Amino acid sequence: MADENRKLAMVVFGGTVDKLYPAAIMASGAVMNDMDVDIFITFWGMMPFRKGAPYQLQSVSKDHEEMGAAMMRAMQEKKVPSWYDTLQQAKEIGNVHVHACAMTADLFGLGQDDFEPIVDDIIGVGEFIDMAASATTTMYLG
Amino acid sequence: MSDVQATKEIDARGSFCPGPMMELIRVVRSSEVGDVVAVLSNDQGSRRDIPTWVEKAKHELVGIETLDGYDRIVVKKLH
Repeated sequence: MADENRKLAMVVFGGTVDKLYPAAIMASGAVMNDMDVDIFITFWGMMPFRKGAPYQLQSVSKDHEEMGAAMMRAMQEKKVPSWYDTLQQAKEIGNVHVHACAMTADLFGLGQDDFEPIVDDIIGVGEFIDMAASATTTMYLG
Repeated sequence: MSDVQATKEIDARGSFCPGPMMELIRVVRSSEVGDVVAVLSNDQGSRRDIPTWVEKAKHELVGIETLDGYDRIVVKKLH
């Protein structure tokens, strides 16, 4: 049973491997602390959650592009679980919800069936902000 | 310490933060009250995170020992 007084709300805007790891790891940290987690995936942060996309994602941030290949290689060599497996594990253990941004979904013509099952629903910003308003911690991962 | 018998042992050596901690939570949850769970980890984050979690979750930290390049962290499930 999660601590009802503490909740993490997180906006995930970036959709590259290096930006999704922090989202997955922060969610895990919140679960360790017995906090519920609401993740709002929007714009590029939504794309890796499309069906079949999580394990295909290879791209890294443009501003550290030259280190991308080395990072991916190190992750593989050291058998670091993918950002997606890390997030799934957090969701298995804790109360983690992934909400897709309705505006972005409409923009790209995506419906619930276009996403991996880890995505709980498609919600509007109003609903997410209401969740964030009752959270004790809110993070924006750009 | 190495003579502390664990009901279950998790070998999380080679896993990175938050792997060992998450694995421990999973195993503790599915264990019986009174069970002793040992986790082997060479991750620096877990060495700090696990004792903090054990205290917050109100279980018992039986001990931490540093062995050959890794830690053996022993936890008893209290409730």
